[in-house]
Amino acid sequence: MKSNIRVLVAKPGLDGHDQGAKVVVRALMDAGFEVIYTGLRQSPEAVARIALEEDVDVIGLSSMAGSHMQFCTRLASLLEENKLTDKLWIIGGNIPKRDVAELKTIGLNGIFPTGTHFEEITNFINENVT
Amino acid sequence: MTTEHDSGVKPLINESGIEVKTLYTPEDVDESGGIEMVGNPGEYPFTRGIHPEMYRKRPWTMRQYTGFANAKKTNERFKYLIANGQTGLNVAFDLPTQIGLDTDDPMSVGEIGRVGMAVDTLRDFEIAFDGIDLEEITVSLTINGAAAVLIAMYLAMAEKRGYDISKLRGTAQNDILKEFIGRGTWIFPVEPSVKLVCDTIEYCANHAPKYTPVSVCGYHIRESGADPAEEMAYAFCIAKAYTDGALERGLDIDEFAGRLSFNFNIYGNIFEQVAKFRAGRGLWARIMKEEYGAKNPRSMWLRMIAGGGGNGLYADQPEVNIMRGAYYALIGALAGAQTMALCCYDEAYTIPSEFAQRLSLRTMQLLAEESGLCDTVDPLAGSWYIETLTNQMRQRMEQIIAEVDAQGGIVKQVSEGAVQSRVSARAYDTQRKILSGEIRKVGVNCFQMEEEEEREPQYHPYDEAAAQKQIDATNAIKVDRDQAEVERALIQVKDDAKSGANVMPAIMEAVKAYATVGEITNKLTEAYGHYQEPIRF
Repeated sequence: MKSNIRVLVAKPGLDGHDQGAKVVVRALMDAGFEVIYTGLRQSPEAVARIALEEDVDVIGLSSMAGSHMQFCTRLASLLEENKLTDKLWIIGGNIPKRDVAELKTIGLNGIFPTGTHFEEITNFINENVT
Repeated sequence: MTTEHDSGVKPLINESGIEVKTLYTPEDVDESGGIEMVGNPGEYPFTRGIHPEMYRKRPWTMRQYTGFANAKKTNERFKYLIANGQTGLNVAFDLPTQIGLDTDDPMSVGEIGRVGMAVDTLRDFEIAFDGIDLEEITVSLTINGAAAVLIAMYLAMAEKRGYDISKLRGTAQNDILKEFIGRGTWIFPVEPSVKLVCDTIEYCANHAPKYTPVSVCGYHIRESGADPAEEMAYAFCIAKAYTDGALERGLDIDEFAGRLSFNFNIYGNIFEQVAKFRAGRGLWARIMKEEYGAKNPRSMWLRMIAGGGGNGLYADQPEVNIMRGAYYALIGALAGAQTMALCCYDEAYTIPSEFAQRLSLRTMQLLAEESGLCDTVDPLAGSWYIETLTNQMRQRMEQIIAEVDAQGGIVKQVSEGAVQSRVSARAYDTQRKILSGEIRKVGVNCFQMEEEEEREPQYHPYDEAAAQKQIDATNAIKVDRDQAEVERALIQVKDDAKSGANVMPAIMEAVKAYATVGEITNKLTEAYGHYQEPIRF
């Protein structure tokens, strides 16, 4: 298990629902991670850039308003371009079960729908960041 | 007050931090402040309701939040709901519109018409409200960051259709301060954003005095994590900030305060919620009368839409949300809301289907028509529990308002991210209690079902074709319109924004020339700049 794991929590697109993202940020901080929270309205380009600049181990997205498929598809190619595919990529929020398989194909490592226990997220990060 | 912990009963604290006893007596009412603030409905301090007859005269307006794809599809849904007995409209706009982007903006890709109707120009308003009698059906626009532009579009559209603007009723949400706390459709920095709200208040006071330019929202602050007392207290702090701004323009309090409205959330404990609304009515009346010297009783009214209540709904066993919604509507009726909107059972995971919308409407109709909720005003008054709790909730709200004032006021607190931080800390605390089972949620952390027993949820599809149509239609308008007139109007918007003049007259001219939401917003941004979100935990 790596120490000082750095986690990016980003709010993709135009969605303004940030209660969940902020709650998860607090849970991750309490679990001892270093957290970088972007605030609202991040483009895929911004997420990739911040991930690179901040040298994070985990790229986390919080999506509530249904635009996660388009966003993740665009972000996936940017992660590849910027050689960020070795980072742990996770998403949480309002993610329908039917989208899970496709998100995994795109490159998402972990999917945590609303109501997920914080330990599930923190354990996943601890077990998968090397 | 006496406590009963020694009897072996577990102490109970409600969400607003008030201890709830197993039994209430007249002594509790006396100890909490008596019945001085109760009064009669329709009379100061309006705790029991702003009208003497309330629902006996007219049931609450039913105003479901609706809008998707484009103006044409939204117009069809409006007509469907009106045909089903809905008595007001509450328009949902897509995210690009809400933050002042045109449909062809690169940031709009994948978002056009997704969570509401897409609007680029006045033409979209003409289509959306086509065939709807704007005197019969009042329209509420759920728009904040881009509110100045969309209010102008609404007034321009009504004027074109021959309505007398000086008599036109309607509402815009237009509460930007709460967007910085929750909901997030801000555009400009805090100060010019508040200035824009005051521009709309001033403009409407002078040109459309029956129009409600602001509906101050506790709703979304509660959605973001605030407790019920904080919800109402923060809303009052915000309403006071707009009131102060309007007074600085030289308006008299009674010229505009009667057109301020509110938007509150309903979910949680039934009695705490009812007490919240009763307490809020008394407190707002007192603030208006004593702090601001309002003379007209109308200025003291806590007029409101009460919405039940997105954060109370869950994606697990979503049909349970139908029952939750019914209780929320019951609370709204017991609390004397003038207008209600119910979140639909499927709104925990998608924008609502026509079927879900109709069920919400029927829920309110069955309360109004078959259940006796309209018979008697403020039916819970005189309950020792309700009266005690109403006093206690009001005192708690006063305490929160005093704290905000002592720390420099709501505008400063929002600019620094202090309110946002307090609210998200509360959300975290609540979520931990839900995850641990300390707060029970049926079907979520108790009485769960195996996943395979649950029905497959239906999601509202993203309409690519409607999005493309919207882009094409706006491009066609751009070819047709008088470009020189548009340019002139846009320069005026920018000049007025820079000089600090009221921008509403210039925006009115721009929308009438079919300038787009994005074009007008860009001019404002050139003068005001962009908001930078304070990140603070």
